[in-house]
Amino acid sequence: MVATFEPKSEYKVIGTRPIRHDGLDKVTGRAIYGADIKLPSMIWGAILRSPHAHARIKSIDTSAAEAMDGVHAVVTNADLPPAENKMVDLGEGATNLKWAVDNILASDKALYAGHAVAGVAAVDRYTAEEAARAIKVEYEVLRSATNVDDTIDPDMPAILEEFVDSPGAKESGHANHVKEFTHEFGDPDAALSEADHVVEGEFSLEMVHQGYIEPHNATAVWDEDGRLKIWTSTQGAFTVRQQVAAVMQMDESKIRVTPLEIGGGFGGKIPIYLEPVAATLSKKAGNVPVKIIMERRSVFEGSGPAAGGKITLKLGATKDGKLVAADSVLRMEAGGYPGSLVGASGMCIYACYNIPNMRIVGYDVLVNKPKVAAYRAPGSPQVAFAIETLIDDLCEQAGFDKWQFRRDNAAKEGTRRGDGPIFPRIGMEEVLDAAKDTDHWNSDIGEASPGRLRGRGFASGYWFNVGLQSSVNLSLNNDGTVELVEGSTDIGGTRASIAMQTAETLGISAEDINPTVVDTDTVGFTAVTGGSRVTYATGYAAYNAAIEMIDKLKVRASRLWSIDEEDVQFEDGVFSSKSDSELSIGFKDLAGKLDDTGGPVTSTGSVDLEAAGGAYGTHICDLEVDPETGKTDVVRYTIVQDAGRAIHPSYVEGQMQGGAAQGIGWALNEEYYMSDDGVMSNSSYLDYRMPTSLDLPNIETVIVEVPNPVHPYGVRGVGEVPIVPPVPAVGNALKDAIGIRLRETPMNAGRIVDALDSENGS
Amino acid sequence: MTTQITPGPARVHVRTTINGNAHEFLVPPYMSLLDTLREIVGLTGTKEGCLDGNCGACTVSLDGRIVDSCLVLGAEIDGKSVETVEGMATPEGLHPLQQAFLEEAALQCGICTPGFLVAAKGLLDNEPAPDEHRIRHWLAGNLCRCTGYDKIVRAVQKASAEMS
Repeated sequence: MVATFEPKSEYKVIGTRPIRHDGLDKVTGRAIYGADIKLPSMIWGAILRSPHAHARIKSIDTSAAEAMDGVHAVVTNADLPPAENKMVDLGEGATNLKWAVDNILASDKALYAGHAVAGVAAVDRYTAEEAARAIKVEYEVLRSATNVDDTIDPDMPAILEEFVDSPGAKESGHANHVKEFTHEFGDPDAALSEADHVVEGEFSLEMVHQGYIEPHNATAVWDEDGRLKIWTSTQGAFTVRQQVAAVMQMDESKIRVTPLEIGGGFGGKIPIYLEPVAATLSKKAGNVPVKIIMERRSVFEGSGPAAGGKITLKLGATKDGKLVAADSVLRMEAGGYPGSLVGASGMCIYACYNIPNMRIVGYDVLVNKPKVAAYRAPGSPQVAFAIETLIDDLCEQAGFDKWQFRRDNAAKEGTRRGDGPIFPRIGMEEVLDAAKDTDHWNSDIGEASPGRLRGRGFASGYWFNVGLQSSVNLSLNNDGTVELVEGSTDIGGTRASIAMQTAETLGISAEDINPTVVDTDTVGFTAVTGGSRVTYATGYAAYNAAIEMIDKLKVRASRLWSIDEEDVQFEDGVFSSKSDSELSIGFKDLAGKLDDTGGPVTSTGSVDLEAAGGAYGTHICDLEVDPETGKTDVVRYTIVQDAGRAIHPSYVEGQMQGGAAQGIGWALNEEYYMSDDGVMSNSSYLDYRMPTSLDLPNIETVIVEVPNPVHPYGVRGVGEVPIVPPVPAVGNALKDAIGIRLRETPMNAGRIVDALDSENGS
Repeated sequence: MTTQITPGPARVHVRTTINGNAHEFLVPPYMSLLDTLREIVGLTGTKEGCLDGNCGACTVSLDGRIVDSCLVLGAEIDGKSVETVEGMATPEGLHPLQQAFLEEAALQCGICTPGFLVAAKGLLDNEPAPDEHRIRHWLAGNLCRCTGYDKIVRAVQKASAEMS
């Protein structure tokens, strides 16, 4: 039975905007990020990567590198423990152990340009990089698949032999094209044939990268007793421990992972890349610490992008505006190993609407590009592009009002999500209503600059959010402040959001809590900072720990007053006797009396949450297009999102704005631009070209609060859903501006000019 | 066991001023200013993002001019003055930009923050009251992937108002 909570309307700490606890260190340069660690006797590692998208590795000659001055060790896949071809659970779902190991260092084949092949440790980074270049690898280059269409070619070799005979590949008829699922409900075929209005479209998306500014890094060393210590920038120290244990084939308890400050992740810093290489180099170099920093080009070419792919979608509606049927096929690119996260796409595609007859078919498509990793609401922006675009098309074709049609068909409590679950209390209707009330919605779009075209579009999006496990330890200081120890790495202000929930519960101020993120030896298991779960789940664990602390302090108060424990109550930061109004003491005063009442007070809280409470957002975009050059400027942008309860509104707004900025980049410019032989041609920030400050306007935010009934303070995760609506919101605005529908991302200048040219017959 | 001496050509002798303090050291001629600050001087507040001058995370001030320290050699700062994020606060307190970044929640992960602070200081030192477009233009060499820039721009505006 999941506990439910009645929301309060007034809080003392929640909803305020204190300065974050780690802020001072981060504005003075004192915060220690992964790359900043320096250990005695530390040496540096570097990685050699495949220049070929698909190649058999015939031989690796490391002798020249090993002979170089200053080189301490060279490792290849052969130095890692032999990996069985078996499925293991690495915390992010089941995966094949051999694939997990081979993605760290390639064995028989390199499956993408950028695939790590060997590692070197040397006295400094420059020497290590030079030595890596001295390693000679003989490749037999194979034909590579760079997109979904390539994989359907019957002559395309299987990227992974294991898939040739798999049921999913047999069903699709292609070894690289693995059918994952069919979700079906009602009778979509009949409903589509009976529908008054039917629209369909094919949508195509290129891979994009998370783009965190801090490159991956890892430092590893072995203790004399065979324990492995790792320092790294990660979204989850425990998932690093789990993955390293699997790859290195050792007990998790023999590994201590210390998460240092992390410079962005967005899902991309959940997988491990460098840790086993650093550990293996350390062992081979005589148990000295080895630090590796991934260079930017390799971050693009060798670490997790978001899936590109192809989506076909068909929608049917009645003439009175009821959405009655949807049918989709999702072919999502996984990279060289399975894991496009197409399953999440299937969960999200219809989640904004109530559709009584539906089908979703999902394929995981192997291509010779880096293995996909989670990227902020992974799988949802792609399918939002399809459905939110097609709903606009449907409304235009049938003459429906675009807002009213969405509102009339909006998902609400009791609606069935495409893959089966029935929604609890959700805020889709409230978000649409709030969008219509915004200043942006009710303002004229304004005059375009001379020669330019202006358009407005809007779109909605959904992310399910996750709960999972978190642990928090509290200890009370005798001045009434509280030490808070947590396992959730803080990427965007979660020390503050967790401390604030603790402070609210204890009746003290946010500044009275001192939150610290610790290593895997020092706190109970805590799942990744991902799935928009930290403020929700780790906040819940902190709440539980605070409740336990209050219970212990009630006992202390009863001893102080020599009354029965049951006679002590706690409200608004004050302990008092229920029967004697003379007896009361504040939280801080009682903390000063611990010595007299039984000694230290500590408490712990942990959670394992299945329900999370999904989140919705609607974005409104005004943009201006130069039809001569195709250059598109977003001139006004507003985000409306249900946060359940905004603990620290500034950081909720920050999540909304940051997600939208990434989504705008995805919509207009970002892509993995691949050469014909499968090499990424734009693997630098200069060429990949993420949005800069000059590319974006101020981003307006409206926080809607539909409290999440399964969280003590009503919190819903807020981090991911804001990246979902931008791609279709921008696409719908572009359609409004230029009168042409684009169904491929990025909707960049070239595509816009081409579309206008073909429309004009030139 | 190989020697712990870094291979390569002879070191360059550098005398420089960093955040107002005199420093003297030997640096390999190929070593970037970024690595020199981080590995030789021991100031890790300046961050590595791309090593090709496109993200601005390693921004420092060199004789009052904003540079990407990954594109400057450590040997080039001989006789010059460098200011990094570590030099912004004084014993009296934070620089108004640092305070505004905290109050406006202008950082999330914080990895780009040192570069933004040094770059923004470079702007306000020369133009105390830039408008929003000027701020966005000046900061376009610094990438932030977390914030969407909104709160960064507001923080610079706030600091500008407080300093003028």
